[in-house]
Amino acid sequence: MTAKMIRWAAAALAAGIALSASLAVAEEKAAEFPLQKPARHEWSFAGIVGHYDQAQLQRGYQVYKEVCSSCHSMKLVKFRNLSDEGGPGFTEDAVKVLAATYAIQDGPNDAGEMFERPRLPSDAFPSPFANDNAARASNGGALPPDLSLIAKARAVHRGFPWFVFDMFWPYQEQGPDYIASLLTGYQDPPEGVTVPEGTYYNPHFINGISLRMPPPIDNDILEYADGSPTTKQQYAEDVSAFLMWAAEPHLDARKELGLKVMLYLFVFAGILYFVKRQVWRGVRH
Amino acid sequence: MSGHSTYVPRTALGKWFEARLPIVRLLHDTAVSYPTPRNLNALWTFGGILAMMLVVQIVTGIVLAMHYAAESHIAFNSVEGIMRDVNWGWLIRYLHANGASMFFIAVYIHMFRGLYYGSYKPPREILWILGVIIYLLMMAAAFMGYVLPWGQMSFWGATVITNFFTALPLVGQPIQTLLIGGFSVDNATLNRFYSLHYLLPFLIAGVVVLHIWALHVVGQNNPLGIDVKSDKDTVPFTPYATSKDVLWMVFFLIFYAWFVFYQPNFLGHPDNYIEANPLSTPAHIVPEWYFLPFYAILRAIDFNIGPIDSKLGGVLAMFGAIAVLAFLPWLDTSKVRSGRFRPIFKVAFWLFGVNALFLGYLGSVKTDDIIFGAQAVVWAQLSTLYYFLYFLVILPVLGYIEKPKPLPVSINDAILAKSAPGSTH
Repeated sequence: MTAKMIRWAAAALAAGIALSASLAVAEEKAAEFPLQKPARHEWSFAGIVGHYDQAQLQRGYQVYKEVCSSCHSMKLVKFRNLSDEGGPGFTEDAVKVLAATYAIQDGPNDAGEMFERPRLPSDAFPSPFANDNAARASNGGALPPDLSLIAKARAVHRGFPWFVFDMFWPYQEQGPDYIASLLTGYQDPPEGVTVPEGTYYNPHFINGISLRMPPPIDNDILEYADGSPTTKQQYAEDVSAFLMWAAEPHLDARKELGLKVMLYLFVFAGILYFVKRQVWRGVRH
Repeated sequence: MSGHSTYVPRTALGKWFEARLPIVRLLHDTAVSYPTPRNLNALWTFGGILAMMLVVQIVTGIVLAMHYAAESHIAFNSVEGIMRDVNWGWLIRYLHANGASMFFIAVYIHMFRGLYYGSYKPPREILWILGVIIYLLMMAAAFMGYVLPWGQMSFWGATVITNFFTALPLVGQPIQTLLIGGFSVDNATLNRFYSLHYLLPFLIAGVVVLHIWALHVVGQNNPLGIDVKSDKDTVPFTPYATSKDVLWMVFFLIFYAWFVFYQPNFLGHPDNYIEANPLSTPAHIVPEWYFLPFYAILRAIDFNIGPIDSKLGGVLAMFGAIAVLAFLPWLDTSKVRSGRFRPIFKVAFWLFGVNALFLGYLGSVKTDDIIFGAQAVVWAQLSTLYYFLYFLVILPVLGYIEKPKPLPVSINDAILAKSAPGSTH
């Protein structure tokens, strides 16, 4: 009787699936963005013993400062962070000098007036525009997003079954992969595709076929002090790494502590396993 | 089950306390001499793991509250301040955010354990219902906690979920307005959610005490699902259950630490690293993973049923999916507790488990995505149908038509049979 019931249940289920499949209308679906999934890059900070490459962060800061920062703000990062452990490794004196090259409005002073002063290491990176409306007005109506967290705020869905594998072999570099792919992904639109006026076709863009940001980097636009290649690819990777650091400044500390915690927990679990075996020895269960 | 207390105060201080407040006796009876079935498997350690997670969440939460500011203009940046400038702030916050997910993983294992071994059947009905109440409180606490960082998903998740209440006729709109403190999610919402998010864990702790009290009155169920008959069937809680509980707590901590240290953002949504913006709706609003099966049920009802429109229908189905759990002790008509002895139930149960995971997946995709040649919403309707069939038809009917396998006489007998030479097991 049981076997018969299971067979009936299975038949009913199969019939239900067939019916629903036939009812389903395979409609034309809206395109999924990005059109092209981000390419996987090699990152020094990937994996369980990963850590930032100090020289790369310094190069990335240079790209950010000379290219990105003319339109994008980075309000959450302060100059002093540049000398924090696990960061680009600037000396404190260098940070002081660097910060002082930018002015900030302070006040009111004793006379009740606002005044300008050089920035201190405790001040945030300067924003290129006075406010969001000014930023939009200068950028064809589009607001260049703040870059403080961009490397964690952009991740392209990998979908089933990849997210299951990602659980066991950590992949937390979606953000930098996306940014590097986007920065190098500009191209001419394919035959028959027209992009809205004032936007640039990029199949890596997460939110449409094109974006307002013009291609920001090209080969040889700036010189690296350490003699690294001055290619578009190199700039893109360096600035992506820098943006990852800006979004997750304590990554090095996290992974370092993680290893110790894991080691401790594994040893502790081993000891507890033998304790449990000893306790239950001779007790049938 | 608690039986006669075996505690004897030995020290002078112990005797002094015993005469005034016998709290040491209470603790001794609860955590030391409490008789526990000797055949419990590792699934029975998840109650302890859940208690541990509640403590972790309360402790990390209280520290976070020292640095967090519940004001809509500064909430997002105050969380970033914790991540960047507070000593070990990144650790505390990742522990808390991932801790919520771990709490739900543990509670789902705990609930499925109960479902399989019939832990909701007499005399454990109240124990089970208290568990359902804890689960409801957890969901409320988690939802409100997710709003606090005031990211895009916080804001829009809060908007979508509080909007459910407007589906109720007449009272819906006033309830929603009261809940969010205005006509749209705003600073008032953030403030009251913060207040409630701080309150709920302590309510949970209170119900947990009742849950454990009820457990100690009726005793633990066990993988065989048969009653404890004699002392031979049990061992004292300490050291036997404690040594096992602590071992599995540490296993669980390894799993937890894996996420905290190596993929702290795997379980979150990237959009929550964008500050809330009431003028920009994310392309695809999804709740946290632990709500996805219910979200799929909500969206499955895309048709009107008589006077009930699809919105109210979806909301009723979603709340019904949780409410039905409270009636489970009376819906399952079988006298046999453990699924081990129920051949048809076993099939229906595992199908239910797979179906629940599938519902979770369906909750994460767009309703018009095509899966196995059919729209996701069609699959969600089938899955929702099975979800309710399981509780409302299969469990009630199986009790009458299923022929269970013979039950062992006692736990001790079953263990002896298992270890006897030449046994078939």
